[in-house]
Amino acid sequence: MGSRASTLLREEEIEEIKKETGFSHSQITRLYSRFTSLDKGENGTLSREDFQRIPELAINPLGDRIINAFFPEGEDQVNFRGFMRTLAHFRPIEDNEKNKDPTASEPLNSRTNKLLFAFQLYDLDRDDKISRDELLQLLFIPCHWLCSALCHLGCFYSEPNRRNQDGTYLNLSNKLLN
Amino acid sequence: MTDLCEGGMDDLWSITTLLLQVWFSVMIGLIMIPAMFGLSLGVTSVYIQILVKILEWATLRIQRGHRDRPTLPVPAPLPNGLIQREGGSMEQEMGELRRYRTQSISRGEFALSDSFYFYRKGLESIVDDQVTQRFSSEELVSWNLLTRTNHNFHYISLRLTIIWGLGVIIRYCVLFPLRITLAIIGISWLVIGTTLVGFLPNRRVKNWLSELVHLMCYRICARGLSATIQYHNKNNKPQKGGICVANHTSPIDIVILANDGCYAMVGQSHSGLMGVIQRSMVRSCPHVWFERSEMRDRHAVTSRLRAHVAAKRNLPILIFPEGTCINNTSVMMFKKGSFEIGGTIYPVAIKYDPRFGDAFWNSAKYNMEGEDATKFANRVKSAIAHQGGLLDMAWDGSLKRDKVKEEFKEHQQKMYSSMVVGKKARDSQEPHTESTNS
Repeated sequence: MGSRASTLLREEEIEEIKKETGFSHSQITRLYSRFTSLDKGENGTLSREDFQRIPELAINPLGDRIINAFFPEGEDQVNFRGFMRTLAHFRPIEDNEKNKDPTASEPLNSRTNKLLFAFQLYDLDRDDKISRDELLQLLFIPCHWLCSALCHLGCFYSEPNRRNQDGTYLNLSNKLLN
Repeated sequence: MTDLCEGGMDDLWSITTLLLQVWFSVMIGLIMIPAMFGLSLGVTSVYIQILVKILEWATLRIQRGHRDRPTLPVPAPLPNGLIQREGGSMEQEMGELRRYRTQSISRGEFALSDSFYFYRKGLESIVDDQVTQRFSSEELVSWNLLTRTNHNFHYISLRLTIIWGLGVIIRYCVLFPLRITLAIIGISWLVIGTTLVGFLPNRRVKNWLSELVHLMCYRICARGLSATIQYHNKNNKPQKGGICVANHTSPIDIVILANDGCYAMVGQSHSGLMGVIQRSMVRSCPHVWFERSEMRDRHAVTSRLRAHVAAKRNLPILIFPEGTCINNTSVMMFKKGSFEIGGTIYPVAIKYDPRFGDAFWNSAKYNMEGEDATKFANRVKSAIAHQGGLLDMAWDGSLKRDKVKEEFKEHQQKMYSSMVVGKKARDSQEPHTESTNS
């Protein structure tokens, strides 16, 4: 199954992905193995159904949102580059990266980019704001429909959050995404 | 001229017949007859020891080769999976997430950071999940001279290549014909022997002979696989009128188990060669073969099995409760059907040594549908997993083909709901009308 995988990925592509995402050579090959094992249609791209076939993801209440994060605006297929680009956000932060090249663009797994990614998971309509509705959805979806917590809604909800407004929010993200 | 040619042809023919005669006498004398009586000449164990030494040497050479040339892109299989995970329950991890705020889990309430738990778990499962890897062959840490582990055959050293080439020659030119012949002999003897025994009227002699025939045939087949089987805890061997449950990796499991004792098989009746074998086996002692239509009716199945077990003189039935073949790294959920029949249950754990071959059969076979396993089934499953050194998993083997049931998603939702509602509210719960606006 995975044994044919590395022959289909060319060296130049591996180098490009390495530069873009910061993953090491062996990590890229390993993740490519994983990509091909998920790709049941064997056409080099993953569809939403391919993701939903993972049982642990299928029972995750927020699974659909995570899957959507992989697909760029309006598209139904994600190729390996896109797959790696999304996964790159979750690499641990390396503190000495700043010294390498000040003119290069920020790496995908920098603190800011991680926060941006997390923010986009909440901000469904991509208008740079988290509205009341979007926040409510975050409560409804993971909760069972019988949940009586809905009656508590009035207590804790306030006005829409702005980006980078809440300092606590920043700390939480840092801790979690590392 | 023609005389010379014919003479040459005759010589060739006589040489061939001589070789065949030698071949068959070696086979019968050195392999079949000892096999039939359960003895061993010890050739296989010596062969295995040599093979282990060679494999260890080969692995070291490959590792050394990689150290000298680090540009070779061979990913090493990781024992714990691709990523580092924090193994806590939902409550533990949520508690961690909420540490920065003043809320605790018991107070209930919703925190925006809760969703991070789900997001992280989701991403982790995309990169590496526990379930889908069970449906493909296990990855080995060392190379076993086959292509399964060495992702591309990279040239490491001359000696390694020679050993590999030797391995190919031995496997295809010596072992393969041997194994095929033994398999054919084993199966035909099974069919012929059981049919012959079927003509006998007497109960006791017939049973004894039938057991003998079965044992001999399975032993020959096992030799055909070059199998070395070690049985542990023989005092727990399944008795007549009992039910034997085991974890399932491959149809070879039957041969493995039947080498030590006789079992009544349970399964779907096939046509063709399998059908011939099944029908002849039934002639000598009762097995339980189901038509495809019968298998859908769980009550019919259970009552037939119950009738078989109740007749105390029938052989123990052999059931694989997982319902499908798993790759021998874990034990998946047991269907509860086998445990509703009654009778004594004898659990057996089968573990293959993955260095010598991959027994996992990736199949699209029909399997019985079942519901959630009862506690008993889970207990037996844990016992088997523990004994065989396998991973005990709560996931259903039918996920190989089907999607996850909605109830599992609801279960996650219920868990989270109880955390948000909090202990205080949970104790004094009253129905409220929901005021929603989304």
